[in-house]
Amino acid sequence: MITMKDVYKTYDNGVTALNGINVEIDQGEFVYIVGPSGAGKSSFIKLMYREIKPTKGTLYLNNKDVSQIKEKDVPLLRRNIGVIFQDFRLLPKLSVYENVAFALEVIEESPRNIRKRVMDVLDLVGLKNKARFFPRELSGGEQQRVSIARAIVNRPKIVIADEPTGNLDPETSWEIMRVFEQINNSGTTIIMATHSKEIVNTIKKRVIAIEDGLIVRDEHRGDYGYES
Amino acid sequence: MRARTINRHFREGIKNIFRNGWMTVASVGAVTMTLILVGAFLGLILNLNHMAKNIEEDVVIKAFIDLTAEEDQVLTLGKEIEKISGVESVIFSSKDEELESLIQSMGEGGEVWQLYEQDNPLNHAYIVKAEDPHNTEQIAQKIVNLKGVDSITYGQDVAQNLFKFTDYARTIGIILVAGLVLTAIFLISNTIKLTIMARSREIGIMKLVGATNSFIRGPFFVEGLLLGVLGSIIPIVAVLSLYKVIENSIVGMTSIGFVELLPFNPFAWQLALVILVVGAGIGIWGSLMSVRKFLKV
Repeated sequence: MITMKDVYKTYDNGVTALNGINVEIDQGEFVYIVGPSGAGKSSFIKLMYREIKPTKGTLYLNNKDVSQIKEKDVPLLRRNIGVIFQDFRLLPKLSVYENVAFALEVIEESPRNIRKRVMDVLDLVGLKNKARFFPRELSGGEQQRVSIARAIVNRPKIVIADEPTGNLDPETSWEIMRVFEQINNSGTTIIMATHSKEIVNTIKKRVIAIEDGLIVRDEHRGDYGYES
Repeated sequence: MRARTINRHFREGIKNIFRNGWMTVASVGAVTMTLILVGAFLGLILNLNHMAKNIEEDVVIKAFIDLTAEEDQVLTLGKEIEKISGVESVIFSSKDEELESLIQSMGEGGEVWQLYEQDNPLNHAYIVKAEDPHNTEQIAQKIVNLKGVDSITYGQDVAQNLFKFTDYARTIGIILVAGLVLTAIFLISNTIKLTIMARSREIGIMKLVGATNSFIRGPFFVEGLLLGVLGSIIPIVAVLSLYKVIENSIVGMTSIGFVELLPFNPFAWQLALVILVVGAGIGIWGSLMSVRKFLKV
């Protein structure tokens, strides 16, 4: 499903973030990306939703070379990928319902479908009764659940999360992880960059460790492997 | 694009206008000020141009015919003048007509000239008009060399100075209007850029969930259009009413014959339409220019 071959990324300022990455990730996998700060985790993730392009090498997503996709086709790629961030990135002036519906409006889904799918997905993340609330009226964990709902409402095959529990307390983090597991159980691939030793060591999944822009470890049901 | 989407763009665009509060006021203010200046200058320049044309068209060559010329010589001369390229019309004016117009132009002092009615010392003349008034001098030079022409007059210096003045006025006018429009676009795109910067996060999220660039531009397009149109309302009202006032006050001043404005209908309405189109155009352009930067996510 995702194949990276000899992927290099050097930014305009001369900093090399990725130094020859080779990896394959199958449909339905749950993968943790771990490593020290500045190791290249974020660049690895940004490549997948084409926020950045590799300097060298190829990146296939569903048999399509992402680095060769034309600028105008990038939106189509992103509709098949849900992205979640540490800072939630919700629109403060929109309600919970509107924030999630937004992802369907921009792809010109019919109002009837929007209504049904938004309510379904809010039910899944446990926020059906808070649909009319605004982000500022929610806790951090709830806000992150809204952003997860927005990421999966398009029914993407891949969900990419960049430190999704980074801003949350441990208890809330476990709630969020339960939602991720639920999504993964329905067949969606999850790629999650994290610094949480507890999560990685408790919910055992594939672990890819990146250091200095290289994959230094790739283990099925691996450990975090660093001091947190 | 689906009707539902267009509907959404309009809804969002209008919502943004209200949501941006003072920014909207500032943008509309910038458009208003600029369009008032553009409207005033455009009105002034087009009218100056119109007047200059009127004056230019009044420039004629008067070729006085030799007193000794026979009647058939006079006729031949007329035909020869007609043959000169660039000549629009040739009108014969007999010496009696010349005396009559002289007496008329002298007013009360003209009575003295009535003594000459029995023994008119003036020449017959041809009044020649050039197709392009700028060629008057060249044509005059050709006429003066023709046989049977005693002398010519075409207000040499006046004509030359007038042409110079009208040419300058046009050039300066065009430069001024172009400069103003460019300034307006700069002002508007900057103001709108501020409102868009405040919404860069929103644009980023739209891109992240797979919105196409044209979908993102939609509401901004509508917003720019509305800002431009709103900004053109006051200038249109101002230009229309001011033009009416000026036109009314000039009608009474018949003594300065060449000061003749372009008629209110249709000129003022055309000017209003130009202001509206320019306003909408710079609004849309400014808005799209500003959003462009944020689309490269």
